[in-house]
Amino acid sequence: MSTDTAIEARHVVKAFGQGDGAVRALDDVSVEIRKGEFFTLLGPSGCGKTTLLRLIAGFEMPTDGTILLDGADITYLPPNQRPVNTVFQSYALFPHLTVAQNIAFGLQMLGKPAAEVKARTEKMIALVQLDAMAGRKTSQLSGGQQQRVALARALAPQPKVLLLDEPLSALDYKLRKEMQIELKRLQLETGITFVFVTHDQEEALTMSDRVGVMSSGKLQQVGSPREIYTAPRNRFVASFIGETNFLPATVVPGGVRLGCGAMVEMSGLAGSGPTTLTIRPEQVRLADAAEPGAIAAQVSNLVYFGTDTHCYLSLADGAEVIARLQSPSNGEVGLQKGQSVALRFVPGAAQVLAD
Amino acid sequence: MADRNFSASHLPGFTQIALLVFALLYLPIAVLVVYSFNAGTTSGLWEGFSFRWYGTAWQNDAVQSATLRSLGIAVSASIIATFCATLAALGTTRRKSFRGQTFIYVMINQPLMVPEIVTAVALLIFFASIKVATGYQGLGYLIAAHSAFCIPFAYLPIRARLEGMDLSLETAAADLYATPWMTFRRVTLPLLAPGIIAGAMLAFVISLDDVVITEFVKSGGQDTLPTYMMGQLRRVMTPEVNAISSVLLALTVLLLTAFFLLTRKND
Amino acid sequence: MSAAEDSRDKASVRSAWLLSAPAIFVLTFAACGPLLIMLVYSFLTKGQYGNVEGVFSLEGWRSILYSEDIFDPGVFVWADAHLTIFWRSVKLSILTTLLTLLIGFPTAWFIATRPPKSRPLWLFLITIPFWTNLLIRTVAIFEVIRNEGVINTVLLWSGLITVPFQITYTDTAVFIGMAYVFLPLMVLPLFAAIDRFDMRLIEAAYDLYASRFAVLRRVILPIVRPGVIAGSILVFVPSLGAVVTPRILGGGKNMMIGNFIELQFGQGRNWPLGAALSMTLLVIVTVALLVYVRAANRETSHG
Repeated sequence: MSTDTAIEARHVVKAFGQGDGAVRALDDVSVEIRKGEFFTLLGPSGCGKTTLLRLIAGFEMPTDGTILLDGADITYLPPNQRPVNTVFQSYALFPHLTVAQNIAFGLQMLGKPAAEVKARTEKMIALVQLDAMAGRKTSQLSGGQQQRVALARALAPQPKVLLLDEPLSALDYKLRKEMQIELKRLQLETGITFVFVTHDQEEALTMSDRVGVMSSGKLQQVGSPREIYTAPRNRFVASFIGETNFLPATVVPGGVRLGCGAMVEMSGLAGSGPTTLTIRPEQVRLADAAEPGAIAAQVSNLVYFGTDTHCYLSLADGAEVIARLQSPSNGEVGLQKGQSVALRFVPGAAQVLAD
Repeated sequence: MADRNFSASHLPGFTQIALLVFALLYLPIAVLVVYSFNAGTTSGLWEGFSFRWYGTAWQNDAVQSATLRSLGIAVSASIIATFCATLAALGTTRRKSFRGQTFIYVMINQPLMVPEIVTAVALLIFFASIKVATGYQGLGYLIAAHSAFCIPFAYLPIRARLEGMDLSLETAAADLYATPWMTFRRVTLPLLAPGIIAGAMLAFVISLDDVVITEFVKSGGQDTLPTYMMGQLRRVMTPEVNAISSVLLALTVLLLTAFFLLTRKND
Repeated sequence: MSAAEDSRDKASVRSAWLLSAPAIFVLTFAACGPLLIMLVYSFLTKGQYGNVEGVFSLEGWRSILYSEDIFDPGVFVWADAHLTIFWRSVKLSILTTLLTLLIGFPTAWFIATRPPKSRPLWLFLITIPFWTNLLIRTVAIFEVIRNEGVINTVLLWSGLITVPFQITYTDTAVFIGMAYVFLPLMVLPLFAAIDRFDMRLIEAAYDLYASRFAVLRRVILPIVRPGVIAGSILVFVPSLGAVVTPRILGGGKNMMIGNFIELQFGQGRNWPLGAALSMTLLVIVTVALLVYVRAANRETSHG
């Protein structure tokens, strides 16, 4: 472990229940989260991402494994002794306290002098632009304002790591967009490590420095948004993030051969035998039948999406490929259902999946 | 510090106190029931298992008449109270708030707020004059008094049921050509039935339990089961009291279990 | 508002009153009305053999606090016996409220934090004593604490004591008995408040470095306060008006206000004093309930 690691989870297992009925919410998860980065845990509901967050916060203790903060073992430290704060999904604001009292709560619990508490609270209120609301009860605030209070409250004690548990899921679309930008700004301004949990791939891709994709209690892949999107390691990651085509293929020398008999040239493939090829719809282009690498297909359906038109193409073996074509200004892509065409993959865009 | 089972809602010692409270709550009741099976004459000394005191109580004329009187009063009072409470609940729920609404609420819930002894002596004063004026000494006074203090207990579950009811069902009935009376009889009343039954059962239990008001309202020779027991306690206490208590207890538990199942199934 | 709507509203109000009329009639006849008659009685002269004579007098109210010196007519002294009874009633009621709160809060907390499947059962176990005859429960606690009762039998048998430990017919017995019979009245409203409490707030407080004690004092208690107030009033009010429990466990000597009132209508034969005492008790209880209603309203207006 390097000195720029904020949080490290080592072989963490969390089982709920006992005996045969036990469910492994986390199954041998190891991950390093770097200092000052915006790290996102992405996955469908029930994948274990929130459990991992709760283990880092200290609300639950792992069944097995270790959790380190700045190199120190915090696995069994209660949450009130961890320099880690959480922004809860439902905000969990104290209903009997005002905005300012909510924000000051953590500082008071740490026993900071009153003057410092006051100054820091005021600074946090300004940071989240709630100056006019400081004296109000939190129930009088809108969803977006409550969200800001939750953020300010968690940031006020200057935690080493800020944990965010799907904080934007209760907001409507427009507010969510605003808060995404706001969150990113706060992270850059404070320099605090953010660990963000979401099931929304768009949120994950646009905000994060790195993303950890989770499924069934396991960490499937960790990487930058670009890596996760362009080079998914397995079928789950490829299908969970963005839309993609899966085509059965066989590894042969110099590339893979598709079910329809067409050859896709790829380099650096190990092994041989059956595999799955994945290609994003926007990386599929229409081509001349004479072009090298062109694959014959038939248009089976066209769906207009405004900026794009999705073109469903059937290959000779019946496999289907979706191509996302940019809609021309008049909206007509100039194709007909049943028309015979040829397609090709943008060189280097196709990936062979591990499983 | 290696607390491996951190749980936010856990507060140290609370579980132990709670379990102790439950034990202390039930221990005296258990002792009471156990001693009702005592073969001996005093309730303190255990002299072997026997149904003797149940037999004694069963054959005791005073107990028999007190039991019948208690049941008669409880049945009459719960019917009157439930009738009044059902109408009042229909009158006070699901409509715009109006002037005098608070007055009706306070009126209905008044027996819950006024100490029993205060109502008891007020009734003594009032009924004493009526008794002198009319010469009537019957059970009517007890039934009237019991009906009054049972009304809020009958009212609460009926009102809760009404408030939880879907108004659109009645609108749907009206839409299907039902007259208001038909809607009430065929839709509202059947839906309300569990609340009415629950209310009647609570009223019955409350009437059966009353001591203080009954003591002050009753004329001579009108003992109910609780006032009979109260009288026995002033003398030498025999396990007969335990036996009567155990039967009353069993009846209460039975009715409450029915109430519990009735309200739960329909939630 | 249109004329049609207006007349529909009027019809609605009329039917509300009509439907409530039977309940109002019964309650006026056998509950509220007699209270007014009693108020009148408190200002009359006491009769020789109970009841009253129709002569206006403030004697009933005055004798609550003062009594006339037997040897020196016209000289009034504090009615020490009365004051002792009032003081005992208030003291025991406050102690009962405090004890039930102290043990009732953990109990309510325990029930509210059970898994959803077993929670109704625990709640049911609290409800049974709540609905069980107060007389039966008083007899039950009497059986346990009396000289020949379970506690003394066990203690005597074990040799820890040689003479039965006298609990019954003391203030302590009345206190224990009232705490026993009124405990469910504390637990149920506390449970209702704790059940509504969002347990995630505790996680939030721990996350913000609160100690267990701070979580209890700064977060849980302020939020469940309406339940604490409700439970305290619900225990305090019937404690103050208790009759059966002090009668059985206090044994005639350790009277509370309720017993003192009933005495005036029995051997005391002083109906005006009894009526005045009843009105006093009613006023105290009403004030307590108003405090509760105001506190409850304040909480709901805060959301």
